[in-house]
Amino acid sequence: MAFKGVLRPGLIQIRVLNMDEAINHYQNILGLNIVSTEADGRVYLKGWDEFDHHSVVLRQAESAGLDYVAFKVDSNDYLREIEPKIVAWGLEVDHVPAGEQPGVGPRIGFTLPTGHRIELYHQIDMADDHPGITNPDIYPRRPEGMGASRFDHLLCYGPNIGKAREFFCEVLDFYQPEKVDLPEGDGSLAIWLTASNKAHDIAFVEHEEPGKLHHVAFLLQDWNEVGAAADIISINDVSLDIGPTRHGITRGQTIYFFDPSGNRNEVYAGGYTAYPDHPVRSWDFDHVGKGIFYYERALNDRFLTVLT
Amino acid sequence: MRHRVTIENCNETYPCSEQQTLLQGMEQLGKRGIPVGCRGGGCGICRVQVTSGSFLKAKMSRSVISEADESKRIVLACRCTPTSDLSISVVGKMEKALRAECQIEPEDEVSVAAVG
Ligand SMILES: [Fe+2]
Repeated sequence: MAFKGVLRPGLIQIRVLNMDEAINHYQNILGLNIVSTEADGRVYLKGWDEFDHHSVVLRQAESAGLDYVAFKVDSNDYLREIEPKIVAWGLEVDHVPAGEQPGVGPRIGFTLPTGHRIELYHQIDMADDHPGITNPDIYPRRPEGMGASRFDHLLCYGPNIGKAREFFCEVLDFYQPEKVDLPEGDGSLAIWLTASNKAHDIAFVEHEEPGKLHHVAFLLQDWNEVGAAADIISINDVSLDIGPTRHGITRGQTIYFFDPSGNRNEVYAGGYTAYPDHPVRSWDFDHVGKGIFYYERALNDRFLTVLT
Repeated sequence: MRHRVTIENCNETYPCSEQQTLLQGMEQLGKRGIPVGCRGGGCGICRVQVTSGSFLKAKMSRSVISEADESKRIVLACRCTPTSDLSISVVGKMEKALRAECQIEPEDEVSVAAVG
């Protein structure tokens, strides 16, 4: 197997202000399926094309935003071997016991210099309601709502994104398909990082306040599904941010909107296939508008200021 | 029932029903200077202080509206609905943009001009 180590962002825990409103949004609008609701009130969901037990965890809290994102790794050996490397790079590692989330084995966690908590895990049960395996149909039944097939990536805002890039690339073997340069100096305003063939698994924008969430993205099949998602947003009076449009960066087709607690969501289709030997695509600061919103060719204020 | 909401920063008044949030009503004004954020009480962009009148409020993210804010009737326009005519003052990030839209000079510049 050529694809080793970190496989993908597999779990994300999001804080919501009102659980009933959040369930309606993630289940009926995005089209995720509820896997379980636990005694502590957390609700577990997954997309129709995900094999693992769940991918999205909703937690009711006093503030909206991101608790953590957890990356699935290919083995228990990797999980054991990576821990001292993380510590050697300078981050403190803590341990989350198996069963803290239903169906999930032990996790390790640490906080990036950007203020975001990242976790790694290997073991997770297969979902009962998983995609077909033997003579598989294309999907088990027609998905609800937008029919988001899986949790795809996230964009984080925080300080020291250059350090985050160093950590992901040097310790976890990610690479950087794309970046936006700061107007002056060698630093980056924004970086796109991946452990896979996807143009990004996680992205960062340099920002004063640590630990902020810009958006959580879910995968759609194509431009038609992005259009249908826009219809669903209007039919249900969901708070729209921008789109349907396209990103110059990653080339993804996209629409941004907000969950009822103000966490930004994206549904995303397309995007190029990344390889670690490709050159890093770079955008200078003067072209960032086109990079982010390819059709509008201008950033809006909301992209830089509206965060949870 | 419809109420009148006055934005004190720019002397603009708009109608707002009890089924509408203060922000939804304000959005209908169609001014570019109304920086609409998430509309869900999470991001804190639409901070306003209610200076008179009564209203109902839904849950707002504690990271953007503190208990001290709430005791001063500083709230998020996207999470409040009017139950009477209201006067509000836009505070925080919305203020500058709105003032620019209404072409009202920033207070500090006005005072400098007055001194000069
Ligand atoms: Fe995205």
